[in-house]
Amino acid sequence: MIVAERKPFDEIKQLIKGYKKVLTVGCGTCVAVCLTGGEKEVGVLNAELKLSQKTEPEQTVFGEATVQRQCDMEFLAELDDMVKDYDALLSMACGAGIQFLAERFPTIPVFPAVNTTFIGVNKDVGWYEERCKACGNCVLGITAGICPVTMCAKSLFNGPCGGTNGESCEINKDQPCAWFMIYERLALQGRLDNIIEICPANDWRNQKPQTLIQPGYEERKASA
Amino acid sequence: MKSGSTLEKILKAGHFAFTGELGPPRGANIEALKKKAQPLKGMVDSVNITDNQTAVVRMSSWAASMFAISEGLEPNYQMVCRDRNRLAMQSDILGAYAHGVRNILCLSGDHQQFGDHPQSKGVFDIDSMQLLQMVKKMRDDGQFLNGQEIDVPPKLFIGAAANPFAEPFEWRVYRLAKKIKAGADFIQTQCIYNMEKIREWIKRANDMGLTEKVYILAGVTPMKSLGMARYMKAKVPGMDVPDYVIDRLKGVDKKKQADEGIKIACEQIAEFKETKGLAGVHLMAIEWEHRVPEIAERAGMLPRPEV
Repeated sequence: MIVAERKPFDEIKQLIKGYKKVLTVGCGTCVAVCLTGGEKEVGVLNAELKLSQKTEPEQTVFGEATVQRQCDMEFLAELDDMVKDYDALLSMACGAGIQFLAERFPTIPVFPAVNTTFIGVNKDVGWYEERCKACGNCVLGITAGICPVTMCAKSLFNGPCGGTNGESCEINKDQPCAWFMIYERLALQGRLDNIIEICPANDWRNQKPQTLIQPGYEERKASA
Repeated sequence: MKSGSTLEKILKAGHFAFTGELGPPRGANIEALKKKAQPLKGMVDSVNITDNQTAVVRMSSWAASMFAISEGLEPNYQMVCRDRNRLAMQSDILGAYAHGVRNILCLSGDHQQFGDHPQSKGVFDIDSMQLLQMVKKMRDDGQFLNGQEIDVPPKLFIGAAANPFAEPFEWRVYRLAKKIKAGADFIQTQCIYNMEKIREWIKRANDMGLTEKVYILAGVTPMKSLGMARYMKAKVPGMDVPDYVIDRLKGVDKKKQADEGIKIACEQIAEFKETKGLAGVHLMAIEWEHRVPEIAERAGMLPRPEV
């Protein structure tokens, strides 16, 4: 899933400063799972925003709405009638959702209430870890299911570097060395041959905006 | 000859090589650079010019290499993968070669988090292994990484680093093999303090026939003080400082610790000279350039052979 974290409260306050009617929009998918931007968090943020303006002369009206996915126009359409009553939107979705919301309602300013942090996994309740950088050229088949681009701080394709601290990365004792793990797991599986060969320079495919059309949908895209 | 550098000639002739290190200034202070370069003259065969070491901004290593040349030193131009993509690396290599640089050391680089701009974006477009491949391709095939022809290819003597002490130890000699295959002509190791481990690593490299394919220079950094030894042991990633080194420095008067550090280094060098599979020593006298003549003398590395 995509993991995000709420922006500092003061930053959010600053972003929406001067707007009289703000609709806080949650997203019911990834950011809800990671306890950042779902229906519950929208309620909490609005309650905090309302509380914080108690002593202020000008009162902003805060509304709330949560759609299943902000990265899908079908769900954003549910907001069409609602948004006309607001002069700003505060999105708690990931960066993709925020942009799609802004695209849906181009005349209304949209502000992010969260920072999108990474594509990651649920280690435990409230504990998420990054696992994928969406580099567009997956090498997990060679590296025993451990991503060197994401899990190695230097994104080395031919690690480990000389900075390993025992089994840890040089950046932090709590961060395991990706290449130590890759080595251990490949050894366990009897597949060290995989990394005897030099992995050549990567073809970075995430350096420009990308579009994916699944086979069979080309015509649909052309007529859109 | 691949490059015709002094370092290559020394190694090829079978002399025990001796290389030094020079960190460029944190500014455009040419006088400071010249002052640091002065004591290295005639003492070492080649001088590593570090590339924003520890991720701290300094004068660029190619520019400092130019000054090294004008001061009568042969630079070993260090290049890390942290700060440049493949375009910038190749263009810097062409420029450095055109200005007379003949040795290059290809490194991953310390993570930017340790440096003076921890918010920066680390590039790591290619890694040190791929950098070695790229420089070799530029030299031997006369081609850029993309396969296009180079109009006057850079003929460089290609170096790589090896840390025999970092985990997983079992893999380190295979990674050395990979670096040789990628294009390394010579290797400079991490600073050595754990003698048992370096003996074992070299033995394995010998057994695999690797030392016949590459010149290995053993990394030596004399301890200036007990404090430095403790710091290296506790804080420097990938550094293996056994207790017997700490104890030896502890055993002498504070004023004699520097001398004891040099003594330890000289004993190490004496052993390395006799070690099968080692072709030289790389002396990293960090901010101690002025002591290099004394160390070189005491280690019996002088005079340097004429090649």
